[in-house]
Amino acid sequence: MRRMSAFNVVSLTFGLAFLYLPMLILVIYSFNASKLVTVWAGFSTRWYGELIRNEAFLDAALVTLKVGLISSTIATVLGTMAAWILVRSGRFLGRTLFSGMIYAPLVMPEVITGLSLLLLFIGIGLDRGVLTIVLAHTTFSMCYVSVVVSSRLASFDISLEEAALDLGCTPWQSFRLVTLPIIAPAVVSGWLLAFTLSLDDLVIASFAAGPSSTTLPMKIFSAVRLGVSPEINALSTIMIGIVAIGVIIFSLASKRASVRQMQEERDAVRDEA
Amino acid sequence: MRRLILIALPYLWLLALFLVPFLIVVKISLSDVALARPPYLPQVDFAAGWAGLKDFFSQLDFENFAFLASDDLYWRAYLSSLKIALISTVLTLLVGYPISYAMASAAPEWRPTLMMLVILPFWTSFLIRVYSWMGILSQNGILNSFLLWTGLISEPLTIMNTEIAVYIGIVYTYLPFMILPIYATLEKLDVSLIEAAEDLGCSRASAFWLVTIPLSRPGIIAGCFLVFIPALGEFVIPSLLGGSGTLMIGKVLWEEFFNNRDWPVASAVAVVLLLILIIPIVLFQRNEQKNREAGK
Repeated sequence: MRRMSAFNVVSLTFGLAFLYLPMLILVIYSFNASKLVTVWAGFSTRWYGELIRNEAFLDAALVTLKVGLISSTIATVLGTMAAWILVRSGRFLGRTLFSGMIYAPLVMPEVITGLSLLLLFIGIGLDRGVLTIVLAHTTFSMCYVSVVVSSRLASFDISLEEAALDLGCTPWQSFRLVTLPIIAPAVVSGWLLAFTLSLDDLVIASFAAGPSSTTLPMKIFSAVRLGVSPEINALSTIMIGIVAIGVIIFSLASKRASVRQMQEERDAVRDEA
Repeated sequence: MRRLILIALPYLWLLALFLVPFLIVVKISLSDVALARPPYLPQVDFAAGWAGLKDFFSQLDFENFAFLASDDLYWRAYLSSLKIALISTVLTLLVGYPISYAMASAAPEWRPTLMMLVILPFWTSFLIRVYSWMGILSQNGILNSFLLWTGLISEPLTIMNTEIAVYIGIVYTYLPFMILPIYATLEKLDVSLIEAAEDLGCSRASAFWLVTIPLSRPGIIAGCFLVFIPALGEFVIPSLLGGSGTLMIGKVLWEEFFNNRDWPVASAVAVVLLLILIIPIVLFQRNEQKNREAGK
């Protein structure tokens, strides 16, 4: 927009410090030897050891991972279908209701979504456990997936699909060979978003989970309710580390992909000439 | 035929797991508590046919809503949620606007990196980001130790378990929602408009007030709604940072359900919360639609 003034540099510095300092402090204090969280007593990896020996956390992590992988995969399939319907299907009976049901969960308070699903599960006599958490997570994440995918679908050239159909593709072939490769980045982002939302969710999982199935956020919440816990600091550090590594890999991969695409386009132009 | 299956699958999924559950909430909010399993009355007696259905509807009433209106706990909880959501939205705007402005002023090759730095915290666990403030704000926490060390204060401040901690938590976790839409409008802003204002005699400050702010209004409005709507029903932040003294309706609903096991009242609380939320949601949708039309 315009030149960087000193004011802009200051507000950026403070803004980023505000966003990152709390997490940085958490990471530093996870290596604190003292049980008292705010007193620094030297470097130690003691809490990581205690964390690994605590099987309840490991079990919860496995439940969370299982729920996340299953629900985000189903949500990606359903969400992509929903996006397709919203963008390409024209008018059909109950279209307004459908798009309403796609957008409403995005703004619905989590306590209400959780409560209503729990009442449904009890009403139909479904035992609460991993299955019910998967159902709950799939439902709200498919809406996020469909928003991400539909913006990509809306922006791409429909004549590519029509050309494929004209050249003898069945609708399914034209989707698989033309549409899917083009919207693939959005589908992947949608899956990642669904997966993160599922790993992250506390409120809806607490309503949908039975006594035998505890997810990691539920475990963390009950551990920190009464105050700071050094084990949770260690766990948070591991989770922040995983996200950081994932983001770095993802951004490197997408950078490489875009470089390759530019290269291909340049080659194509040269071939034509 | 294939098209029908394609439409039916996500449609039926959402009907069964979004709309029907919500209708159940509405229905239970009109029922009465009972010492039964499930703990509310009436139940639909399908065997009795039409008469059973009529009997069922005649037993529904608005008793729970009357109870909500008569008990001032709920009134205060709704009002205090509105107040907390409103104040934290304003605070988020005040913190977020300068950051968006600085991002939009940065050199173009820096912008993607800055944007990624703003989005990155969003990918880390919400719960952990809220939790990270517990060690900072507590009575003998890092902030107090630091301020005592610098000599700015002589007594530790009580921030944890007050509404101030809730404001900090909301601003911190929702900041990207405010920054991104404002940045999107500021980035598209035509610099020559500001230069024209300055050429015509505006000072830099008045050019900012008269040109930049009005032109970034769509982003400001979108950002404010994106913070206000989720903040209103927030549960995690008030229960971790707000302590027992902070009243927010998401927390009340949770306690009504899990601690008091009063399902009909919890459902009524949910229905009223949603009715309150409909107003900002509709306004937000209109604003978005207007922006889309203006963008065309």
